[in-house]
Amino acid sequence: MLGKGVVGGGGGTKGPKPSFVSYVRPEEIHTNEKEVTEKEVTLHLLPGEQLLCEASTVLKYVQEDSCQHGVYGRLVCTDFKIAFLGDDESALDNDETQFKNKVIGENDITLHCVDQIYGVFDEKKKTLFGQLKKYPGKLIIHCKDFRVFQFCLGYTKEEEVKRIVSGIIHHTQAPKLLKRLFLFSYATAAQNNTVTDPKNHTVMFDTLKDWCWELERTKGNMKYKAVSVNEGYKVCERLPAYFVVPTPLPEENVQRFQGHGIPIWCWSCHNGSALLKMSALPKEQDDGILQIQKSFLDGIYKTIHRSPYEIVKTEDVSSNFLSLQEIQTAYSKFKQLFLTDNSTEFWDTDIKWFSLLESSSWLDIIRRCLKKAIEITECMEAQNMNVLLLEENASDLCCLISSLVQLMMDPHCRTRIGFQSLIQKEWVMGGHCFLDRCNHLRQNDKEEVPVFLLFLDCVWQLVHQHPPAFEFTETYLTVLSDSLYIPIFSTFFFNSPHQKDANMGREGQDAQSKPLNLLTVWDWSVQFEPKAQTLLKNPLYVEKPKLDKGQRKGMRFKHQRQLSLPLTQSKSSPKRGFFREETDHLIKNLLGKRISKLINSSDELQDNFREFYDSWHSKSTDYHGLLLPHIEGPEIKVWAQRYLRWIPEAQILGGGQVATMSKLLEMMEEVQSLQEKIDERHHSQQVPQAEAPCLLRNSARLSSLFPFALLQRHSSKPVLPTSGWKALGDEDDLAKREDEFVDLGDV
Amino acid sequence: MASASTSKYNSHSLENESIKRTSRDGVNRDLTEAVPRLPGETLITDKEVIYICPFNGPIKGRVYITNYRLYLRSLETDSALILDVPLGVISRIEKMGGATSRGENSYGLDITCKDMRNLRFALKQEGHSRRDMFEILTRYAFPLAHSLPLFAFLNEEKFNVDGWTVYNPVEEYRRQGLPNHHWRITFINKCYELCDTYPAPLVVPYRASDDDLRRVATFRSRNRIPVLSWIHPENKTVIVRCSQPLVGMSGKRNKDDEKYLDVIRETNKQISKLTIYDARPSVNAVANKATGGGYESDDAYHNAELFFLDIHNIHVMRESLKKVKDIVYPNVEESHWLSSLESTHWLEHIKLVLTGAIQVADKVSSGKSSVLVHCSDGWDRTAQLTSLAMLMLDSFYRSIEGFEILVQKEWISFGHKFASRIGHGDKNHTDADRSPIFLQFIDCVWQMSKQFPTAFEFNEQFLIIILDHLYSCRFGTFLFNCESARERQKVTERTVSLWSLINSNKEKFKNPFYTKEINRVLYPVASMRHLELWVNYYIRWNPRIKQQQPNPVEQRYMELLALRDEYIKRLEELQLANSAKLSDPPTSPSSPSQMMPHVQTHF
Repeated sequence: MLGKGVVGGGGGTKGPKPSFVSYVRPEEIHTNEKEVTEKEVTLHLLPGEQLLCEASTVLKYVQEDSCQHGVYGRLVCTDFKIAFLGDDESALDNDETQFKNKVIGENDITLHCVDQIYGVFDEKKKTLFGQLKKYPGKLIIHCKDFRVFQFCLGYTKEEEVKRIVSGIIHHTQAPKLLKRLFLFSYATAAQNNTVTDPKNHTVMFDTLKDWCWELERTKGNMKYKAVSVNEGYKVCERLPAYFVVPTPLPEENVQRFQGHGIPIWCWSCHNGSALLKMSALPKEQDDGILQIQKSFLDGIYKTIHRSPYEIVKTEDVSSNFLSLQEIQTAYSKFKQLFLTDNSTEFWDTDIKWFSLLESSSWLDIIRRCLKKAIEITECMEAQNMNVLLLEENASDLCCLISSLVQLMMDPHCRTRIGFQSLIQKEWVMGGHCFLDRCNHLRQNDKEEVPVFLLFLDCVWQLVHQHPPAFEFTETYLTVLSDSLYIPIFSTFFFNSPHQKDANMGREGQDAQSKPLNLLTVWDWSVQFEPKAQTLLKNPLYVEKPKLDKGQRKGMRFKHQRQLSLPLTQSKSSPKRGFFREETDHLIKNLLGKRISKLINSSDELQDNFREFYDSWHSKSTDYHGLLLPHIEGPEIKVWAQRYLRWIPEAQILGGGQVATMSKLLEMMEEVQSLQEKIDERHHSQQVPQAEAPCLLRNSARLSSLFPFALLQRHSSKPVLPTSGWKALGDEDDLAKREDEFVDLGDV
Repeated sequence: MASASTSKYNSHSLENESIKRTSRDGVNRDLTEAVPRLPGETLITDKEVIYICPFNGPIKGRVYITNYRLYLRSLETDSALILDVPLGVISRIEKMGGATSRGENSYGLDITCKDMRNLRFALKQEGHSRRDMFEILTRYAFPLAHSLPLFAFLNEEKFNVDGWTVYNPVEEYRRQGLPNHHWRITFINKCYELCDTYPAPLVVPYRASDDDLRRVATFRSRNRIPVLSWIHPENKTVIVRCSQPLVGMSGKRNKDDEKYLDVIRETNKQISKLTIYDARPSVNAVANKATGGGYESDDAYHNAELFFLDIHNIHVMRESLKKVKDIVYPNVEESHWLSSLESTHWLEHIKLVLTGAIQVADKVSSGKSSVLVHCSDGWDRTAQLTSLAMLMLDSFYRSIEGFEILVQKEWISFGHKFASRIGHGDKNHTDADRSPIFLQFIDCVWQMSKQFPTAFEFNEQFLIIILDHLYSCRFGTFLFNCESARERQKVTERTVSLWSLINSNKEKFKNPFYTKEINRVLYPVASMRHLELWVNYYIRWNPRIKQQQPNPVEQRYMELLALRDEYIKRLEELQLANSAKLSDPPTSPSSPSQMMPHVQTHF
């Protein structure tokens, strides 16, 4: 029965139809169903994108109401993506589908988003790689964004199966050269597109001015200076062209060990203490060189210990805190929990869910990162210490910890622009090796470590625990994580700013060609229409009210958290707040103690931490001040939106947080329209109803996984667990007992 | 007085006044105003003790014991600690340390509470100070053992709403459209002669005579015959509840029972089989035959299909909750939180109960067949399943009053043995009859409200206050095991209903996001991916665990609501002014937008 199968026309020849959208094709929205089934689905190609191979009459499995059905269509592979072109009825034409990605469609998988490919050979699932001798009847693709695609190739011509399967395997798994990234084809082809969003004020940190601006913003310019010694990457290729160091540091020191052993400024706190990072000096055996290194470091430490600098605490964030290996292992276990092929697998793992989660250690790693960031925050905020993060290259956990600290301490980083600037500063310019860590080139699996995802997950915990504190939503974080695999943005496709510049022709070997104009991911209009972008903005966020200092302590924040507990005493403790005047005498007390005792025992460290942590949490939260996460076991959660969004069994139809959010948005609209009415009271007789179309209408029919729910559940049938009860073990005796010990007798 | 005594339930704990008064005004601390007292509450004794707070260490305080509560106020200047614990919450009082015990604070009392905490007090070793306190506490916490009345019978609180009128069975059945052609209301149990644990009015098939009912009763454990709990307004399928059939080892049959079930099946015009959900695991159902019970076999009941729902018995649930307490009190298990949580099986039990209820609701809602639910006696698991299924099917029960009616109907009137399960006023803390079945039900409701945050009129506080007074013995609502006992004790005349307190303070218990949706069936997702430990209840005593109250989303919404009301008022004023202006020449045009705060959020 191939009746429903649709074989599309030639790639991209069908005119400028905007079929490159996700979740639903626009033509479906306004036409009736009959027409739709007869429509041909055309492949839309991006500028510079080339069709590599294709296969027709491929059956894509669609899971719905715990039974599967198939949709016929064409499976294609380009140098950008794998796409399925079929008449997929699962896409509904309701409001939900308005959150569509303009670049990646519902049935598109970018080559970089492919995680694993499996083939099913006579009911047996095997990983596919390299040259195949036998071709599978079914293809299963696990994506890095946790989508799972299943294609049946049973009706496809053998030749086509061979071509498409080996094509997909080759283009997603074979090692690639940097120059062959789609990024460059796209940039070359789309050269004329001017893509500068005037509203995008993200600070890119690629100019000296940006660094000076950041120094000024954080009042770090008293003790730190921006330097251009690395302009043209003369000193080292690891560091950005411009960065910030302590003012008294001689610039020639930077050159000494190619930037190693140099304290590089990340951020300054209101009280003057700063967060610094340093990459370790190369390991040497030779005593002579070691001696030189030592005296060099001594000099450095003297510089930064001398007045006006506060005491420096060194935090080694390399292996003895958390190793990259640990992160890698944890994530690879963790992600398997979400890549379920079918309903049976989902329910089978459900009973053991918590222990499976725990054994992955992913949540524990998140907790450790958050805890480390709180410890550093405590040092800076309560003890006025400078903190120097130390790591081999200062480009993995340094980025993560320093970003987290800034998110907690600096409310500016919780705005969207501030957050994007932070990622630019710490990650992109900080030389995080996105190319290697995401394994975009498939050159070395061992280097693939989801450090940035770990960071986003930590941020999600904060967003989840303190919903009003961030200008962006969890949806923003989710689409940001998806953007890691879209090779039209340069942001996450280089190991360092040097590598990017070197491959853009800016270094002038190729004088006649214009430098490529690469897109930045921060230009969200590339991916989303303005309407969809509203979902990235947190309606609960309120900008910091601009009041003068006298008023600030007054009535502004009355979010009194009612602690019903007996312990919240009025023991003095550091108050939260970004501004210096809010620090109280305890900090000074602590400081006095600290100065006399430079070395803390670890117990004392724990006590400081506990006191700082408990005291912060016992007070009401100022969302524009210092923000700490809860790190107790029950408080670290699974980022459900990102990890569960494609699993139909996990959808709560008409439920979830979306339901309250949509009520909130409705109320905001109402308040706004009332406000407008009042403002225009002169013409109040007939006020035009400026109904801003809201994506969150019909809350009853939305799913908890909105806006991502790709697989729609048409009916309101409940999902029922299929797996049974796990043995109680030691409780078996109890289980056999009767509720009541009464013999009912024989009647 | 009533309002004063109730005002402290503003947050979600029994002792939440704790931080209101800070030490700074400790100068004018007046000890006589120290203890809040309900009308009818009398002070028995007071004593200086050291409260050993598991979170903050020892705190010196004065403890006041009344016939209703234990109240402790800190005597330290830098602590505003207050403990306010109804004595009903106490399950066990132990002496710790002996007269010769050394070490600081090693001599005193250790009090185990039913609400997931322990209280420790250290006392001076000399002068029998502990003995007095121990005896008084024992006397008033376990009044039944000392021939004293439960406090509910001494409570003289007055409310402007009478909670006892909330549930009128006949009215509730009328709301469901009963009686109708197929179902009648019978008062055969008026004097509790048919079944002493059932209520007086029962809804039974029209075609079954009172004699039929009597004969069926002989074949059902404790005479708890199948009676209607709920009828679907459109497809007329029903949820019927009962206890297990008395099949026994010999596999007895009873023609009347078989016929009766067939009559139930036929009440809606479907020709399909009657679905029987036996809440127990099948092994237990089989094992029950040994004591005379059992289940409906295929041979005897041709027109019925039986499924087991694998929900465990009261003992398993009790042990499971005990393990939960172990991992959350006083300290929350840190590094192995998830596996510890899993090892308690608590959420697994919740999942099974919800799964069972979903199946019941789905069967009825799809109109496929009527459903009969039972377990062994039909007062624990059965009550959980029918009430949860009804909550999923009927939006009425998701309102505050509707929920009160649901509890009153499926739990209180149908004989969930509250007295035995909770052990009100009873000192035997090891009683095997005790089990947190009702708490488990409330937890399931909480899970549902968490998954559907706009579907319930009530908020989390509502569920917590119900649980608090499940133990407190301040109200008559949860006292005794069944209606007949309550009638004998004249509970409605002599005690106050919890619903009086709640319904006279309704605003406090309302969910601002509530959106009434009639006829919407709610199916929660019974997956571990969505079930959570109810932190705000089970871990509420731990100050380190988040207790964002009110929740910021809710608070923002309330702000917006207030703003909207203000704008509407302003708009009305402006319209009035405008119409006045039509006759008057305009004066100074002051912009109203300058006078009021603008919405601070972007749109």
